[in-house]
Amino acid sequence: MKVGLVCPYSWDVPGGVQQHIRGLAEALADLGHEVSVISPADDDAALPAYVVPAGRAVPVPYNGSVARLAFGFLSASRVRRWVKEGDFDVLHVHEPTAPSLSLLACWVADGPIVATVHTAIPRSRALHAAQPILASALEKISGRIAVSEAARTTLVEHLGGDAVLIPNGVAVRQFEQADPLPGWPGEGGTLGFLGRLDEPRKGLPVLLRAFEIMAASRPGLRLLIAGRGDLPEILARVPEALRPRVVLLGQVSDEDKARVLHSVDVFCAPNLGGESFGIVLAEAMAAGAPIVASDLDAFRRVLRGGRAGELFETGSAEDLAAAAGRLLDEPARRARLSAAAAAAVRDYDWPVVAKDVVQVYEAVVPTAGRVAVAL
Amino acid sequence: MNTVIVLVIGIAVIAFFGVYVSWRAGRLDRLHARLETARAALDAALVRRSSVALEFASSGLLDPATSVLLAGAAHDARSAQDSRELPESDLTRALRAAFGQPDFRALLAGQEGAEELLAELEGAAHQVFLARKFYNGAVAATRAARSRWLARVLRLAGNAELPEFFEIDDSLVSAGENGQAADMPHLTG
Repeated sequence: MKVGLVCPYSWDVPGGVQQHIRGLAEALADLGHEVSVISPADDDAALPAYVVPAGRAVPVPYNGSVARLAFGFLSASRVRRWVKEGDFDVLHVHEPTAPSLSLLACWVADGPIVATVHTAIPRSRALHAAQPILASALEKISGRIAVSEAARTTLVEHLGGDAVLIPNGVAVRQFEQADPLPGWPGEGGTLGFLGRLDEPRKGLPVLLRAFEIMAASRPGLRLLIAGRGDLPEILARVPEALRPRVVLLGQVSDEDKARVLHSVDVFCAPNLGGESFGIVLAEAMAAGAPIVASDLDAFRRVLRGGRAGELFETGSAEDLAAAAGRLLDEPARRARLSAAAAAAVRDYDWPVVAKDVVQVYEAVVPTAGRVAVAL
Repeated sequence: MNTVIVLVIGIAVIAFFGVYVSWRAGRLDRLHARLETARAALDAALVRRSSVALEFASSGLLDPATSVLLAGAAHDARSAQDSRELPESDLTRALRAAFGQPDFRALLAGQEGAEELLAELEGAAHQVFLARKFYNGAVAATRAARSRWLARVLRLAGNAELPEFFEIDDSLVSAGENGQAADMPHLTG
């Protein structure tokens, strides 16, 4: 099948949507499909062979922050040319409500169009104001995919109609094998955390409190933290005596992310909610890290009800300390959880997820003809 | 005899002081009135700008991505209650991004109603620029008058709140392109 994927955000800026499209494109190619991706990017940027640049993205205020988007007639005509020359069987746009290439693709193309909604946008009045404009372009979408229950709710509220739930894929291969960072995990045991430090819902404060509780009786225990945020401010929340035992790496690359996950004895996901799927959790599973996670519905599902990772009462530092302590004391149990996690995460491996996506393509292609230029 | 002279001079001084204070209070009152008028004019200009931006967004003249961007920004600006400066600046930036597209005018030229809408939007943006300048002028004058010791000691301004400057980015031309940007929010194209 000839598939055209549309990415709304700058290819060279790290982001969940871009990562998803990269994973999907490569998995589709591995399945024998012909894939082309159009994305905002500089014409001279170093891009994979399957990415076609649609020109530089412009930073504009959108949804309360500044996003780099591609819009306007020039971008539209580049998308039109790409659609025309691509001669696709199916067009797969991502995040179609964002004012960027995906929306433009819906505007300029006719035929089988599939859309994936990634983010859960709280019912936004600004989006409501744009509803009539969106409606005419979005009516053309014949198959809808949501990556999470929350995204699906957003889609139903804003666009009406239902969507198929296909979770984010994980590049299991990327995480399976990696060397631990030098000196880790060490003798006294290491707890790990990965994620935005200043995002309260990621629950870092719960882990810091749990670490304080545990550190009293475990003199060698250390805490390894990777993620974007105000590092000195985070460190200031730890009692002074414990600070040498807390290591903050800041933001890390994908390769280092895998290494961090291989550097810990217990990976902690103390999220307080809002996490629709927990891509970080799935990555930790792929790396085979023993996991202690909040007892959220989504986490419980991914961790097979506790068989692929220990669950603790959401928000309770005491319960987290107890669960992590039990794991540190029982290497055999850690090994069992690690193996179960590595097996369970196979369901979210890109080749598996991509097959589900192809089924959606197959459902819309026979009825909607070929992708063609509309205007 | 001496006491009578002292008394007369004393009464004259007090009377003169009273007249002076009342004159100062009247001046402050006039300044506050001017401030209110300027504020009303600024509000009206901002509302008009966001309305025209919204009309432009839903005119069908633009591509849907630009339309959604403008509609969202215009809506946020119009519905902001307390902290209006950020959403209004965001609307300016969204307008600038839309107008800054290569050949924007050439592509719109010839479409029905495009010229009129563009002119109206630019006019509205220029009105915001002017109204804000006058409002901030009134704020500066009022704040200066109120900071004098007599006004402070005798509380001549009564309970009126100290006015705040209204600081937004309101130039449709980005500063780098044109040295006159601050005074010429019109597009040059």
